[in-house]
Amino acid sequence: MKHVITALVQNTPGVLAHVAGMIAARGFNIDSLVVGRTEDPELSRMTVVVIGDDHVLEQVRKQLEKIITIVRVRDFKDIDYVERDLMLVRVSAPPEKRAEVVELANLFRGRIVDVAKQSLTVELSGPEAKLEAFVDMVKPYGIRELARTGIIAVQRGEQRAKEQKENGKGKNA
Amino acid sequence: MSKSTKTASKRTKGYAGMTGADLFHKMLLEEGVEVLFGIPGGVLLPIFDSLYGTSIKFVLTRHEQGAAHMADGYARSTGKTGVCIATSGPGATNLITGLATAYMDSVPMVAITGQVTSALIGNDAFQEADTTGITRPVTKHNMLIKRAEDIGRAIHEAFYIARTGRPGPVLIDIAKDATSNTLTDEPDLTINLPGYKPMLTGHIRQVKAAAEAINASKQPVLYVGGGVIISEASEVLSKVAHRGNIPVTTTLMALGAFDESDPLALQMLGMHGTAAANYAIQECDCLIAVGARFDDRVTGKVETFASNAKIIHIDIDPTSISKNVKADIPVVGDAKDILEKMLPMIKSKPRKDWLKQIAKWKKAYPLHYDTGPKIKPQQVIESVGRLTDHDAIITTGVGQHQMWTAQFYGWRKPRQFITSGGLGTMGFGLPAAIGAQFGNPGKTVVDIDGDGSLAMTVGELVTAVHYNQPVKVVVLDNCYLGMVRQWQEMFYERRYSATEHPCPDLSLVAEAFGAKGIRATDPSELDDAINEMLKHDGPVVLAASVEPEENVFPMVAAGKSLHEMDMGRLV
Ligand SMILES: Cc1cc2nc3c(=O)[nH]c(=O)nc-3n(C[C@H](O)[C@H](O)[C@H](O)COP(=O)(O)OP(=O)(O)OC[C@H]3O[C@@H](n4cnc5c(N)ncnc54)[C@H](O)[C@@H]3O)c2cc1C
Ligand SMILES: Cc1ncc(C[n+]2csc(CCOP(=O)(O)OP(=O)(O)O)c2C)c(N)n1
Ligand SMILES: [Mg+2]
Repeated sequence: MKHVITALVQNTPGVLAHVAGMIAARGFNIDSLVVGRTEDPELSRMTVVVIGDDHVLEQVRKQLEKIITIVRVRDFKDIDYVERDLMLVRVSAPPEKRAEVVELANLFRGRIVDVAKQSLTVELSGPEAKLEAFVDMVKPYGIRELARTGIIAVQRGEQRAKEQKENGKGKNA
Repeated sequence: MSKSTKTASKRTKGYAGMTGADLFHKMLLEEGVEVLFGIPGGVLLPIFDSLYGTSIKFVLTRHEQGAAHMADGYARSTGKTGVCIATSGPGATNLITGLATAYMDSVPMVAITGQVTSALIGNDAFQEADTTGITRPVTKHNMLIKRAEDIGRAIHEAFYIARTGRPGPVLIDIAKDATSNTLTDEPDLTINLPGYKPMLTGHIRQVKAAAEAINASKQPVLYVGGGVIISEASEVLSKVAHRGNIPVTTTLMALGAFDESDPLALQMLGMHGTAAANYAIQECDCLIAVGARFDDRVTGKVETFASNAKIIHIDIDPTSISKNVKADIPVVGDAKDILEKMLPMIKSKPRKDWLKQIAKWKKAYPLHYDTGPKIKPQQVIESVGRLTDHDAIITTGVGQHQMWTAQFYGWRKPRQFITSGGLGTMGFGLPAAIGAQFGNPGKTVVDIDGDGSLAMTVGELVTAVHYNQPVKVVVLDNCYLGMVRQWQEMFYERRYSATEHPCPDLSLVAEAFGAKGIRATDPSELDDAINEMLKHDGPVVLAASVEPEENVFPMVAAGKSLHEMDMGRLV
């Protein structure tokens, strides 16, 4: 099963290596991993997508929580959350096909961010499924290059990073 | 424990102008460090210069692995945090086995390594190793310090993390220039660990649920692990056991947490546990695990482990709970706190039938061996137990001798038995004994070792001689890597592949190193030899030639259930 795990981490060297090492040591492949700053300069948020057995990933979650520089971890398995993935895709679009590709991009609420003689670059964001559907649609035209950020996710609701930092519950060593 | 570990900033005045090395030294003194084990090297020169003439006892070891095991033995025997130090590159890599050993057995330790000058890090500089990278999986936490101003905070954080929660080794890698530079600003020594909040007190609702399950049970068993020793919970454990008439079995790591002369004691469980302990586990209707982690050496085939029981699991570390065996009632927190809360809720019950059944098992299947013309290894351990009044601090290597020591010494008190359980590190015994002796001057410390294990770290005898630490070493000379040989005998048709080794006279090795050497080859001279060893005021090695092909029983073969024990020739 796919697990979206987010971790609020201290902004120190080595945290990323620690998280990646912990997951790799258990033989899981990381589907995507995104790190970015939060509103608190001391903290970053990491979003990791891993596919694996529920029981084993529960153990991984607990192990991650144990890492000293990790403030809080959650697996969005049973939590309502919002996820977004951002994609840039350069599609072959010779003049006679250009209108079709533009129309597809519009249908998916994508934006054309670069136009060249033989190609178009589309920026598209949304949940994973939407991005994949778009990729399927433009495949026949020829995909020249594709890059995705990977999923970032936050829970629906009200807590901010700072409050999560103060919230001692569930954090152990 | 408060919710946040961030305390009010304490910018102590008077450190600016000091070198990083002097600040390092001062912080160790502030943390109450009494002994420091290690070996110097190029990048540590500023630190060692600052330590010149220090009031901290510095113990120069033969090998950094020895330094780590000494810090470990010191920590396990005293409950204090052990400290060791090694230079960059090979010094640091030599520490790894010691760190991993301490990590697996939850031992509070702080390891300091020197690192090349910060500007050179990452350049394959002379004696450079990525120490924090290499040690990350075998430490509770580690840090790389590149500025003198950060040394003080790092040391406070390291000691705090090492000793609290589930203890473990913490490593601080310090760049040379951080120690040679002078602090220009006052350092901020405030611990800042927003991600570290060990849970100490058990949830009262869970404690109540656990007590109710115990009260409702007819055939409960306490399965006690190393966490009880760490948490200093032996006394209250004994009260809980006696109030409820609950038999107690201890893991290898918990031997001594419950007095084995107590009628409720079942001794060790698991692969080489007693029949009574293993049968009790399989028959119980309520298993109370306290500070134990359901290791595969303990559970045997996990699907059949205590399969009729309601499982209560008390542990400070949530990752231990429901890892191998699903807990019906998890209680996260410190064992002592939880048992103290639970004690008044436990109903006093006789449980006569259950105790009768247990007594029957104990009588029918006691630990046993046959004597013969040669010294039996079990005999050596029984004699050491008797002649030290079951009161010595005992360390071991890894192998058959370790299991016989576990089975036959007769454990009475916590922190009495020091052994590498989780990693199973051969060579642990002698340096751990030296560390324990430094922490317990005047106490009898005996390393009961195997000939293979001792050979791995025997150089540390020089350290014992150098500092005149009166450790006693009893080495069971079977001229085999006995534990592996036993498996080859039992499961590989006696094809002894690479398990036989030459048997040098280790008593002569001891003499050459400046220690005393004694040799015993006949059962009739055993007690005298042990007494001579115990009387000698200085390091001493007693080499006992034992029956070479003796086996450890009972034994639960890999993949078998606990009740499918092989009792040896007994049955
Ligand atoms: C050759 C060999 C044979 C072995 N055979 C056996 C055998 O037959 N039987 C056996 O028992 N072992 C055996 N072992 C040892 C085994 O490998 C494990 O090391 C051992 O069983 C683990 O012990 P433990 O469960 O007590 O856990 P430990 O490793 O001691 O872990 C302690 C537990 O307590 C928790 N804890 C720490 N502090 C606290 C606190 N304050 N409050 C509450 N909980 C706390 C920790 O989180 C952890 O879960 C053998 C080892 C070797 C090398
Ligand atoms: C460092 C290390 N290497 C290898 C092993 C594997 N091993 C486990 S027991 C054992 C034999 C130990 O021999 P010895 O110390 O003579 O003890 P004995 O079993 O003979 O009592 C070996 C090789 C280990 N545990 N540790
Ligand atoms: Mg041997």
